[in-house]
Amino acid sequence: MKRLAKGRLLFMFALLTLFLAGCGEPFISTMKPAGEVAQTQYDLMLLSTAIMVGVIVVVTVIFLIVLFKFRRKDDKIPKQVEGSHKLEIIWTVIPILLLLVLAVPTVSATFKLADVSPMDKVNEDGKTDATVINVKANLYWWEFEYPNEEIVTSQELVVPTDEKVYFNLLSTDVKHSFWIPSAGGKLDTNTENVNKFWLEFNNEKADEVGNLFYGKCAELCGPSHALMDFKVKAIPKDQFEAWADAMKSVEEPAVAESATAQEGQEIFNNSCIGCHAVTPTGAGNQGPNLTSFGDRTHVVGYLENTEENIKNWLKDPESYKPGNKMTGKYGDLSDQEIDALTEYLMGLKVQD
Amino acid sequence: MSTYAQKKGFGATIWDYLTTVDHKKIAILYLIAGGFFFIVGGLEAMFIRIQLAIPANDFLSAGLYNEILTMHGTTMIFLAAMPLIFAFMNAVMPLQIGARDVAFPFLNSLGFWLFFFGGVFLNLSWFLGGAPDAGWTSYASLSLASEGHGIDFYVLGLQISGAGTLIGGINFLVTIINMRAPGMTYMRMPLFTWSTFVTSALILFAFPPLTVALFMMLFDRLFGGNFFDPLMGGNTIIWEHLFWIFGHPEVYILVLPAFGIFSEIFAIFSRKRLFGYSSMVFATVLIGFLGFMVWAHHMFTTGLGPIANAIFSVATMAIAVPTGIKIFNWLFTMWGGSITFTTPMLYAIAFIPTFTMGGVTGIMLASAAQDYQYHDSYFVVAHFHYVIVGGVVFALLAGLHLYWPKMFGTMLSEKLGKITFWLFVIGFHLTFFIQHFLGLMGMPRRIFTFNKGQGFDAANMVSTVGAFFMAVATVVLLINVIVTIVKNERIGNDPWGDGRTLEWAIPSPPPFYNFKQLPLVRGLDAYWIEKMDGKTEMTPAEPIGDIHMPNNSFIPFVISLGLFIAAFGAMYHGNHAWGIPVLIIGMLITFGSMFVRSVKDDHGYHIHKEELMDDDKGGKA
Repeated sequence: MKRLAKGRLLFMFALLTLFLAGCGEPFISTMKPAGEVAQTQYDLMLLSTAIMVGVIVVVTVIFLIVLFKFRRKDDKIPKQVEGSHKLEIIWTVIPILLLLVLAVPTVSATFKLADVSPMDKVNEDGKTDATVINVKANLYWWEFEYPNEEIVTSQELVVPTDEKVYFNLLSTDVKHSFWIPSAGGKLDTNTENVNKFWLEFNNEKADEVGNLFYGKCAELCGPSHALMDFKVKAIPKDQFEAWADAMKSVEEPAVAESATAQEGQEIFNNSCIGCHAVTPTGAGNQGPNLTSFGDRTHVVGYLENTEENIKNWLKDPESYKPGNKMTGKYGDLSDQEIDALTEYLMGLKVQD
Repeated sequence: MSTYAQKKGFGATIWDYLTTVDHKKIAILYLIAGGFFFIVGGLEAMFIRIQLAIPANDFLSAGLYNEILTMHGTTMIFLAAMPLIFAFMNAVMPLQIGARDVAFPFLNSLGFWLFFFGGVFLNLSWFLGGAPDAGWTSYASLSLASEGHGIDFYVLGLQISGAGTLIGGINFLVTIINMRAPGMTYMRMPLFTWSTFVTSALILFAFPPLTVALFMMLFDRLFGGNFFDPLMGGNTIIWEHLFWIFGHPEVYILVLPAFGIFSEIFAIFSRKRLFGYSSMVFATVLIGFLGFMVWAHHMFTTGLGPIANAIFSVATMAIAVPTGIKIFNWLFTMWGGSITFTTPMLYAIAFIPTFTMGGVTGIMLASAAQDYQYHDSYFVVAHFHYVIVGGVVFALLAGLHLYWPKMFGTMLSEKLGKITFWLFVIGFHLTFFIQHFLGLMGMPRRIFTFNKGQGFDAANMVSTVGAFFMAVATVVLLINVIVTIVKNERIGNDPWGDGRTLEWAIPSPPPFYNFKQLPLVRGLDAYWIEKMDGKTEMTPAEPIGDIHMPNNSFIPFVISLGLFIAAFGAMYHGNHAWGIPVLIIGMLITFGSMFVRSVKDDHGYHIHKEELMDDDKGGKA
């Protein structure tokens, strides 16, 4: 008996530890909300969890009483009870009340999170005052177009903190789903219609994670669905504007500096430019826009931006993202060519 | 001994099963086929968990992983859970209402063979160029983009087996409406029969949308239709609607019979009638009805807008009310009872907290605004495994132990059964509880790998360890089955001692005509009432007379085989010149055998009164 109690205690501790560890990493966990949307959802999560734990406790108490009190002790036939109207009314009405407690904030939040009216308020320049980003999901990469700033980037979404950011979501091939767990729930990128929603990124929370959140594709889209990550750089408004200006100033492809990089640029112009732009224009390209490639923290969506990783990717994209659309499009490159190309790509920066 | 029950050779036994129209033998066929696919689906699950045990694992390649996850879901839902439920419905429901067979024995057989050939067809994809890889939901944009014939196997296989399910559902409906024994009013039907009834109604209304969706997909993929191609004016969201208009009721098609099995178990092993029988019936019907009103909660993130999301959100929450009624009624069935902890009862007891857990996470998912976070994350994976394993699979395992004696006349070992139970339940919670948190921590579902440094490592390892417990539990179960068959210790009518309903009043296994004389039902728990009056068997409602029986038939097998052949023709007509001829030959076989069935009179045969009187237990005139 004592050993059993000890075992149970140990089990409870193990469970508690799991609960605490369950919060996850602050740059990707829904339990560390980093913005208004995620916060609203987290609050609902807590409310519903509280209600549900209450229900579970009631069920568990009755359950345990039953298990211990009504074990078979003798061969007597228990009284055959038909039911009890009073009890049945109680456990019909109370759940209805509990559900109402949850339903009201749910409906209100559902409407709040769907309010994208500022996207329609066009000012005299034909633009919106709100920050709007057009997201295009592709097998297996993300394009981000800023219609107000008239720039395009990819894979690393840059957003201003402490204000609502509005998104137009569309897919160019199969259905994907756009999810930044820290900032809020997901919305699908359909193939036939534009979906709209908003997110907000809290500046302090962004600060805590080095201004970088993780984004995911949340809808099965093919072999590399698991690898269709993107990163979200959430920075204060002034920095965001500085970044946008720096992007916009790239009107012509930047000329590479070193000799190797220039060699790389030549290879790029021969083999890559058909799909990849190095000026921040031309939304809807075949491949990710690379204007700010050197500034990004990650390549391919999930690998760290190191020379090694870029080279490996260029050598054999298929082993890093099975089923991607780049494999086999640019012929065989020699090691030397890959070195040159890598140096050129790493030099593609808009900010120092 | 009756002249009809002579010992047969092996070949004759096989032929008997290929042609049988007896609901009890068809139940055994469903049990074997469903059990086989359950093990196949389980192996696929193990591959998934091995791949996800550690970050950046390369046990499976990305494409193969998608095939396995698709086949795991599809197999478990369509080829394991559904047929296993059909096994128990076939084995028990006619006995519970005091019928000699289902209304259409021929169709019953046809339903099984259609399911079987559909399932085999689907699984042949593994050997013929690759399995479907777009998930069991097979969303249109991805499945149209999928190369090879995987999705074609999915579409054609499910179309064939779905027809079988639909036929089975209609058959059960008619049986329950028309073939109840004298005195068996609707409100005296055991709850398993009630759940079979409601489930069959759900099948009747839920499978046609799937059939339509699958046909549209079939035409898009094989014959250049454009239902789901946005560039040609199609729309992929239509697939999502059609699929979930089927898919959500499907959840209740699976879980209502589970509720039915547990309702029987709670009453039997508490020695008490079901608490609040009429509200249980009402709740079952209400769940079935509401089940059709909530499909769009699977599409909260599709972008239907706040009005649709809010409506479907509240509608979904409403289902919690009848489900809660059921949970409390079960608890109060045990309250004041005299509980024995047999293996079926252990599953039933474990089911209550497990299903409550699945239910409350269901409420969290129903709340649209927060669902945006949970949708397509591991939270959902955890939720539906709590509902489907904690509800359906627990019920199937419980039902297997409970009804094995009735189906085969032997008892599964209680000792091994309890070992299976503990291993399975511990393994289950170890595997899936932690997945709630994986989802909340930001892990999307259906990913073939994850990278280090996102906080997913430890929890995934725990989950994989749990899966191995369940695998071992299944192995123990198989050993149990084999040992029981080898030992072959025969048991009597009511092996659990506390049987309440009609099936426990007749021998195990029952004679092929079930009831020599139809029983007179005097109330709910008909057999229990007689027992309490000091009787050992039911009062007959008719004098002994000739019993009309249907003849065995090989035609259902041939009809299904024809469709199986035609499916290959349809699938390969774009690649090979023989496609269209094979399609036509297959259809000719199917329609030809239907024609033969239609024009050839088959009046069945009679078991004569005298033979029944000669049978080992004499009847009462």
